[in-house]
Amino acid sequence: MSQARDGDGGGMVARVRSWLRRPCGRWSLGTVLGGGFVAGIVFWGGFNTAMEATNTEEFCISCHEMREFVYQEYKDTIHYSNRTGVRATCPDCHVPKEWIYKFVRKIQATNELFHKVMGSISTREKFEAKRLELARHVWDSMKKTDSRECRNCHEFESMDFTEQQRRAVRQHIKGLEGGKTCIDCHKGIAHSLPDLREVDASATAG
Amino acid sequence: MKKTAIVGVMLALGTAAVVPALHGQAGNGSSGGNGVVSLRGNVAIDETSRPPDLKRWQRDRRPLPRQHVGQPPLIPHSIKGYKINLKFNKCLTCHSWANADEAGAPKVSVTHFKDREGNVLANIAPRRYFCTQCHVPQVDAPPLVENTFEPLRTIHPGR
Ligand code: HEC
Ligand code: HEC
Ligand code: HEC
Ligand code: HEC
Ligand code: HEC
Ligand code: HEC
Repeated sequence: MSQARDGDGGGMVARVRSWLRRPCGRWSLGTVLGGGFVAGIVFWGGFNTAMEATNTEEFCISCHEMREFVYQEYKDTIHYSNRTGVRATCPDCHVPKEWIYKFVRKIQATNELFHKVMGSISTREKFEAKRLELARHVWDSMKKTDSRECRNCHEFESMDFTEQQRRAVRQHIKGLEGGKTCIDCHKGIAHSLPDLREVDASATAG
Repeated sequence: MKKTAIVGVMLALGTAAVVPALHGQAGNGSSGGNGVVSLRGNVAIDETSRPPDLKRWQRDRRPLPRQHVGQPPLIPHSIKGYKINLKFNKCLTCHSWANADEAGAPKVSVTHFKDREGNVLANIAPRRYFCTQCHVPQVDAPPLVENTFEPLRTIHPGR
């Protein structure tokens, strides 16, 4: 019995070996697979490197659209400068950490390239005119993910309500337990808000 | 002749009155020869004066009692980063009638909807739009000038 199985196993190994040696065009399949594997590593590495290189603040603000409008406002906010010196950068809030979501976001980002070429927000006027639409994209996606990027740093479970300020504690208990998410209440946390007339006229002049 | 004499006396009296006042204002800053002290204190022009300690805004707390009828209530919370501009008013995202309930905040009173002719408008009156013209948060600092103001006993619970 064991003899037969050994024989079978040996036959199997031999068969696989010969299959791998089988020429595939000019190269054996083994070489192709091996080469593919190495190329895969190189490609994946390069891909990840590209993902990482495009995941820095310097990259984001290399476009004047990002640098002259949103970045300037962000520099006035708590996520840029605060008591403890911990900073949240553009990708921290706008690019997911898990690679699959990150990948999807990067594909979506090619849309930004298209609009860069089109110049759709190339001036302050165009930017302000389109701002509500852009903000809404961000609000909607944060709402869908239950503000995932905020929660990468601020975990609701780790918040010590007794250390929080009066207004924060009350709203956090009421809101978070009532099914709201960070972005429902913290719009405009890193940038100036768009014109709110269409969204909430009671908070605008006129 | 007579006129110049009077002007002379007035100038003398005036200076006499002003100099002690300047001394008084100088307070702890040591004064130079003529009693005039700049805001940076008695520090040579090529030296750096020690900046005063920064005052800290107070943390959120319950609303503060008012001192007299018609006083704009003080802001009992931080307003860091709260912007008011032509596109939006951060205060109203909590204090407008539409948002106050949800935000657990007191709503602006009806006076904030009236223009100066007394017409009631449908939204905040332009003269009440820039909230921090009238409402201010507080730092814990000694009063700059001594005063003997007493709040109305009918509206203020006292100290
Ligand atoms: C090639 C120039 C360029 C670079 C680099 C760039 N952006 Fe943008 N970004 C744009 C343009 C142009 C738009 C406007 C897109 C439109 O009009 O729909 C935009 C829009 C956005 C929006 C609005 C999103 C939406 O869904 O409408 C966000 C958020 C954003 N960028 C974040 C970033 C972040 C984070 C980075 C760095 C990882 C970055 N951008 C790098 C040009 C750029
Ligand atoms: C990279 C980590 C990081 C991310 C991502 C992040 N934050 Fe923060 N956040 C911080 C830090 C650090 C502070 C400042 C803490 C301090 O020193 O007071 C802060 C402060 C805050 C504050 C306090 C503001 C104040 O004036 O006291 C709020 C509110 C807040 N974040 C909301 C958000 C929301 C909403 C998001 C998602 C859109 C978010 N944060 C994403 C790190 C982060
Ligand atoms: C129901 C509304 C609401 C929701 C939902 C909410 N917040 Fe807040 N939060 C507030 C209010 C109101 C304050 C205090 C006023 C302010 O900072 O604007 C506050 C303050 C904070 C502060 C500063 C706390 C302090 O004491 O200084 C942080 C940090 C914060 N929120 C983070 C978050 C994060 C992260 C989430 C999502 C997990 C979240 N909040 C969800 C309303 C909310
Ligand atoms: C603390 C999280 C946070 C950080 C850090 C951050 N953003 Fe945003 N960003 C947001 C949120 C939330 C919105 C949705 C609009 C709003 O609420 O202000 C937004 C909106 C935007 C928009 C759409 C236009 C607008 O103003 O609404 C652009 C473009 C953008 N961000 C780019 C950037 C860039 C570039 C950086 C880095 C310089 C950056 N963001 C840093 C949270 C963040
Ligand atoms: C995140 C919501 C929020 C924002 C934004 C906000 N407030 Fe408030 N405000 C409150 C709450 C809640 C109270 C009541 C405090 C309490 O009872 O603990 C309050 C109290 C006040 C009071 C005291 C009212 C009284 O009767 O004594 C004034 C005045 C005030 N706020 C003015 C402002 C101004 C001016 C701004 C903008 C610079 C502003 N608030 C922004 C939530 C907010
Ligand atoms: C021209 C000065 C002025 C401006 C500007 C102003 N207020 Fe007032 N506010 C007052 C005065 C005076 C009172 C108290 C008497 C009254 O209710 O009219 C008051 C009362 C309030 C109260 C308490 C209401 C109550 O029922 O007790 C709140 C809350 C308030 N203001 C918020 C705001 C906000 C938010 C803004 C900006 C949108 C604002 N105020 C702009 C003068 C002003």
